[in-house]
Amino acid sequence: MSEPLHGVVVAHGALAPALVGETERISGRTGVLQAVSNSDCGREEIEQRVADAVGNGPAVIFVDMPCGSCFFAAMRLGRQRPDVKVVTGVNLPMLLDFVNQQALPPAESAGRAAGKGADAIRQG
Amino acid sequence: MAIVLHRVDDRLVHGQVVIGWGRPLGATRIILVDDQVAASDWEQELYRMGVPPELELEFVPVAAVAGNAPGWAVDPRPAILLTGDVATMAAVCRAAAPVGQVNLGGLHHKPGRTERLPYIFLSEDDYHVLEGLAATGTSVTAQDLPTSAPVALGALR
Repeated sequence: MSEPLHGVVVAHGALAPALVGETERISGRTGVLQAVSNSDCGREEIEQRVADAVGNGPAVIFVDMPCGSCFFAAMRLGRQRPDVKVVTGVNLPMLLDFVNQQALPPAESAGRAAGKGADAIRQG
Repeated sequence: MAIVLHRVDDRLVHGQVVIGWGRPLGATRIILVDDQVAASDWEQELYRMGVPPELELEFVPVAAVAGNAPGWAVDPRPAILLTGDVATMAAVCRAAAPVGQVNLGGLHHKPGRTERLPYIFLSEDDYHVLEGLAATGTSVTAQDLPTSAPVALGALR
């Protein structure tokens, strides 16, 4: 049986632990997501934090915005790892869907997450 | 003057540069002086993916700074010139003199560096190189964002 997919949320400051914590609180699903903050570190250290959190298994990395150190660190890891995909613009709805979709392959899961995240954006 | 900010930041292109400084300064392009990035098509494509489409990126090796500097000086587009370390910025200042001001925006912990501010860690060599820049008339200050107070080089000793 292949290793289950896990998610890593990489974001500025305290955003990642907040998103992971609220996803777990709402869904009741724990141990699927890990949080990584870019606080107080340069490029190499962010990349190391992301690599440590991803580990050796298949993963989707969720980052807060495409223009930032979190995105670049995630993309550099994704380049080396075909089983790691990156989604930007992380939001709670995409994470809530993701934690119940661990059987999907990384590329399919990332595409689904991007769609769920975009679907959740509405204008009133 | 086309270059509105000379910044040292080991995260290179990121949110503080693009949004924090780029917007208030009206910068429409970033000149990244970095030999590794200038030699990698993949890294350049990555940075282009990450920035807003209206922002132009130029990737320049250190050796090409002297040749490009006259053009930068008369280019009407406001630009931020960015390096990832002190030594590269010192090389820029020598090749494109005079540079009036250098901003230390983010240099994080590495072996051999000590904390001078929460976002500035310098080695003794870095500090001496910056002192040398200051001695030639370049003002060196640390300031992560335009809304924070600049800190003079002497306060980073």
